[in-house]
Amino acid sequence: MHPNLSFEQAPPISVPFRFFLTAPLFGIAAGLLLLWQGGEMLSSRWMPAALAATHLLVVGFMLQAMCGALLQFVPVAAGGNIWRPRLVAGIVHPLLLVAAGLLVAAFLSYRPALFLGAAHLFVAALGVFCIVVGAAVWRTPAQGPTIVALRIAMIGLLVTVALGATLATGLASGAQWPLLALTDIHAGWGLGGWGLVLLAGVSYFVVPMFQLTPAYPAWLARGVPLLLMLVLILWTLQLLGFPAEIRMAILFAGLAVAGAFAVQTLRLQFRRRRKVKDATLLFFRTAMVCLLVIVASALLFAAVPQFGQDARAPVWLGVLALVGVFVTAINGMLYKIVPFLNWLHLQRLGGMTVLPPTMNQMLAERRMRQQLYAHLAALVLLLAAVWFPLLARPAGLAFALDCLWLAANLVTAVRVYRDFRDRIRAAA
Amino acid sequence: MHHHHKHCDELFADAEAAAAEKDWAHAKMSLGAFHGDLETHFRTEEEVLFPAFEAATGMTGGPTQMMRYEHAQMRELVARMEEAMREQDGEAFAGDAETLLILMQQHNMKEENILYPMIDRSLAGQAGSLGPVLRERLASA
Repeated sequence: MHPNLSFEQAPPISVPFRFFLTAPLFGIAAGLLLLWQGGEMLSSRWMPAALAATHLLVVGFMLQAMCGALLQFVPVAAGGNIWRPRLVAGIVHPLLLVAAGLLVAAFLSYRPALFLGAAHLFVAALGVFCIVVGAAVWRTPAQGPTIVALRIAMIGLLVTVALGATLATGLASGAQWPLLALTDIHAGWGLGGWGLVLLAGVSYFVVPMFQLTPAYPAWLARGVPLLLMLVLILWTLQLLGFPAEIRMAILFAGLAVAGAFAVQTLRLQFRRRRKVKDATLLFFRTAMVCLLVIVASALLFAAVPQFGQDARAPVWLGVLALVGVFVTAINGMLYKIVPFLNWLHLQRLGGMTVLPPTMNQMLAERRMRQQLYAHLAALVLLLAAVWFPLLARPAGLAFALDCLWLAANLVTAVRVYRDFRDRIRAAA
Repeated sequence: MHHHHKHCDELFADAEAAAAEKDWAHAKMSLGAFHGDLETHFRTEEEVLFPAFEAATGMTGGPTQMMRYEHAQMRELVARMEEAMREQDGEAFAGDAETLLILMQQHNMKEENILYPMIDRSLAGQAGSLGPVLRERLASA
């Protein structure tokens, strides 16, 4: 197939938007869960409600946003042809929604049937997604570090799902598997192999594009995904039994790669040619700073055992990773993608005669800033609540409101799109 | 062609920053320079590069058509920015600038990552004759 076909493969706007509009709802649910459960939920990563909230964020908020974004990004930015995007979205989106709901209910109730149901649905939804999107990123004629990162991210997603399904089956059947080690490996592939590699691959593309920064140096852009995969393969070998020191060394190797990516991103943003600061830039910076705080915290936890052995230490890292890095970065990206896609689709609909509203008219910079401040407040409260349980309920409420605000802003932008589309149609 | 993209970016960032500070005289100068360079770039592609590619491959309806369409979109946005500048409407200017920036950047990436390599491959034999023409046209900006 000739690569020129990939030029006009942008999917219908409803394909990414259904995922984008669903994502914040899971954030609201996670906040409400904390409001309901209170401080005890943050006392250990193994608390059932903590596991439930973690998965509301990873397979709810993050996975929805990332799948939706890839269905848009792969054809238009990576030149990959997605097979029947409307059909794929129509299958994957509802399956993921129900699967995430079942999994959360499973953690809260520990009913084996719910774990098994969730596992089957995830395997079906992500199996379809990985085949279709994987084929597109493997067959694209485009080259470069973003493509390499996308391919590795797809592997990361596959491994994460396989391990997740294994864990769910193990929990449902009460099998004597090394569930703790499997959980760490599952989390490593999910956050590192899928989440961070995808974030890096997309950053190579959008960081220079949104802020007119220099490009990422080629060695770093290629190195980050490959090294993360190498580290994760070693991390997986802990199943064979490792001394704790080696396990720690592998962990720090991974964190060093993540830290290098964060430092480089901040450096590039510092050297940007575009002077105007927008909400997306501030969201992205916050995410990169949180990534560095993770590295610093992990070093501190290793150096000072009375912190490191506290059951709250992994919760602190988890809040930083999920809310600080991923939810923040996704939030910022959505604020660029949604108004731009609105504009692009309206522009095509109206031809050269009717000019659509500008991006700022679809979603005012002021509204994005206000939500950014709400998000930062929620993040600070959540982090404080890890050590001061009295703050847990206010933090949960703040995070639910933060995500509600994001949802409201996205809905506003979609409404502007709809109104204008209807006007174009009425005029035609 | 690739270097010329970066050059256009600089002028764009300059005009945007000036408009954000309501320094309309500076904005006018930068936007004028940006517009001139953008036109030179577009015309070089539309009049020299794309026809050569289309003649070599026989593809007239594919990528080059899409690129021409995006050029038209960008011209329209620049026209709106100039109008906003005349009316000294900072809000409208910023909105159009934001849209133009992303449109321009994703356009450049498609050209740099997909189209230019395709052109390089299909025009491999003509590089000697086409290169100086492109350079001369871009340098005249």
